[in-house]
Amino acid sequence: MISLLLDILSGILIIAGSVFIVIGAVGLVRMPDLYTRMHAASVIDTLGAGLLISGLMLQAGFTLVTLKLFFIFALFFFTGPVATHALAQAALGEDIKPQLDEDRRDRLDRSQTAPADGGA
Amino acid sequence: MFTAATIAILVALALVVVRATRGPTVFDRVLASNSVGTLAILLLAVVGFLNGRPEWLDIGLTYGLLNVISTLAVLKFFRHGDLAYDDEEERSS
Repeated sequence: MISLLLDILSGILIIAGSVFIVIGAVGLVRMPDLYTRMHAASVIDTLGAGLLISGLMLQAGFTLVTLKLFFIFALFFFTGPVATHALAQAALGEDIKPQLDEDRRDRLDRSQTAPADGGA
Repeated sequence: MFTAATIAILVALALVVVRATRGPTVFDRVLASNSVGTLAILLLAVVGFLNGRPEWLDIGLTYGLLNVISTLAVLKFFRHGDLAYDDEEERSS
């Protein structure tokens, strides 16, 4: 009974992780610029890998394999943000600008100067 | 279930390789190669379970460590043009 329940639960987690992995990969191809692509790739690193590894942990039971899976998860948890941060910093250093729908700095300038124009 | 996960990971790998070959800047390629490393580790884990040999997770751990080092090394090379670049040394000289 309990093993059937664990099987179902781990199946749900593994399928959910697979879905998130495919979503992240599709986003990596379809997104318009580098920074949004990094956002899509982080879905693979966090939700996809996290759910998939949780499902495998439930499947493995309380053994050394679970500990190894936990180590892999911890590796993703700590190194994923570091690599993403280094990538964003290097890209900004090379003058790659994020694609903006509208430049909000212009709007800020206009709203500051508009009352002065209206008063005059 | 493991088969479905394996197929999903392989599909994702194909899509990520598309980005790696097409990527306009070098950073897109670095991002894609980082994702390829992540997906390779997950593929190792899932295929290990599929074959009933979870010992392959050790190889996955090694791949993970190599993946981080390679990403950071490539980024450092493209930022400074030199792997031996030292910020402290540069400032004092």
